[in-house]
Amino acid sequence: MSEYQLQEIPVGPYKHLVSERAISGETMILNMGPQHPSTHGVLRLVLELDGEVIVNCIPEIGYLHTGVEKNMEAKTYLKAEVMTDRLDYMNNMGNNLAYVMAVEKLVGLDVPERAQSLRVILTELQRIASHLVWLGTTALDLAAMSVFLYCFREREIILDIFELVSGQRMMVTYFRPGGVWRDVPVEFESAVRNFIKIFPKRIDEYEALLTKNPLWLDRTVGIGKLDAATALQHGVTGPTLRASGVNWDLRKARPYAGYDQYDFNVPIETKGDTYARYLVRVQELRESLKIVEQALNKLPIGPVRSENRKFVPPPRSELGTSMEALIHHFKLWTEGFPAPKASIYSAVESPRGELGVYLEGDGGPKPYRVHWRTPSFDNLSVLPKIVKGHLVADLVAILASIDIVLGDIDR
Amino acid sequence: MGVEQKLGNMGVVTTTLETAVNWARTNAMWPMLFGLACCAIEMMSAQAANYDMSRFGMELMRPSPRQSDLMIVAGRVSRKMAPVLRRLYDQMPEPKWVIAMGDCASCGGVFNNYAIVQGVDEVVPVDVYVAGCPPRPEALIHGVMTLFEKVKGEKFKDLVKA
Repeated sequence: MSEYQLQEIPVGPYKHLVSERAISGETMILNMGPQHPSTHGVLRLVLELDGEVIVNCIPEIGYLHTGVEKNMEAKTYLKAEVMTDRLDYMNNMGNNLAYVMAVEKLVGLDVPERAQSLRVILTELQRIASHLVWLGTTALDLAAMSVFLYCFREREIILDIFELVSGQRMMVTYFRPGGVWRDVPVEFESAVRNFIKIFPKRIDEYEALLTKNPLWLDRTVGIGKLDAATALQHGVTGPTLRASGVNWDLRKARPYAGYDQYDFNVPIETKGDTYARYLVRVQELRESLKIVEQALNKLPIGPVRSENRKFVPPPRSELGTSMEALIHHFKLWTEGFPAPKASIYSAVESPRGELGVYLEGDGGPKPYRVHWRTPSFDNLSVLPKIVKGHLVADLVAILASIDIVLGDIDR
Repeated sequence: MGVEQKLGNMGVVTTTLETAVNWARTNAMWPMLFGLACCAIEMMSAQAANYDMSRFGMELMRPSPRQSDLMIVAGRVSRKMAPVLRRLYDQMPEPKWVIAMGDCASCGGVFNNYAIVQGVDEVVPVDVYVAGCPPRPEALIHGVMTLFEKVKGEKFKDLVKA
């Protein structure tokens, strides 16, 4: 009789989404989230349960809606980049890359070789960091605590490298239209080499803990099977798609930022279950490390940002000596540069899949419309189909395995 | 410093009940496992091996509000999330504290727009604000230590509601 009585979720708002049995009261409607340790953010799932078996799963999103797209329309092209870091907060460098590539495409800006290589190195390091967080939290959800601690230990090394180059651990805003913010410090190369040296052994450690662990296999093999046709229907991309046997990686299919110069494999698995998605991501750790090493070995010497002063602000050192530079500096940071009246789409392969930016310029210094095609949003749409018939405990594994980031979904 | 050093030869120590209770509260404060956005990742880092918040008696993150004393609002609070946040706060048993972690939770941060609550103090009373976007794990730990200082100075009569 007290207020602590179990509150049942009314069927009303979900009438068209649940089965007949829910309306008659035979099955139970259960709320999961938005505050739940295993939803990887503020995702709300409304579950229809028959005992412990999931009959229907209705994701409700929007609890982290930030209005990033609208905010970007109110800022100049240079200033809007700050917003991109905070979209998919596991993939800050990747978001920067997607955005600056779109701006460069819109205004037709060239990027020096050295900047391209730096972009590849840092984006791949970010991919490793993102997969490490994924591996750690997924293992934590399936009660393997120590993997979480190991993964975050290695992630700190990458964050230290980011701090070295940009001064920030997460919200880096390091890539800028026309290059990167400034050249990397001299310690950069040794820091990355150190990481390349120690990391392969650490991947072996994670694999020793999980890959053949019977408990891990019990929780993941055959759970949440996603076939290639369904995946393509829902626009699923990234490791989730590649675990279903579709060979689609933008780095190979539509190379950008010089990815065609590097020799790496795209890991494919065919089973399409949670275990396959785990295997793909672990192999991607090794492949990304290969790219980092190759890019570092042939890192060219030269400028790191374009000399086109109509779009790229001059370096700080020129401000004291050149009147031209001072004028450009003020022009670019107060007014911004005008972009042509055109619309473009540019996409990169983020750790979660195809991350695309649609930019529409109206001739002024601010974008008329920005839209993000975020991979987590499309990947989440497949969840209701693949959890049907599984237990509630398996839902946690499946949800973790498609690697959603709520900042990416809700924007 | 163990309790023996405090006791000395006498085997007796005198203190006020308030001090003893506050000391106990600071050494076993259970935060709620409640992440919203970017800051939640740094909160996880603070819990993980390199920073290890369990040195301060905080290794136990409780996923249920009914078992926790401290709510760390880690990230931006949208208008849709705000009622949920308030409900979680109401479910926590007294005494309870709130840390607003990061610029978004403190004042809206870079998101001055229609979607984000401009500071979580519009919804729940905040004890400590931690600046940064996102704050480093050290900054969060410093925020927690600042909260401990505050808790140590708390008086019973202030906690009792009229």
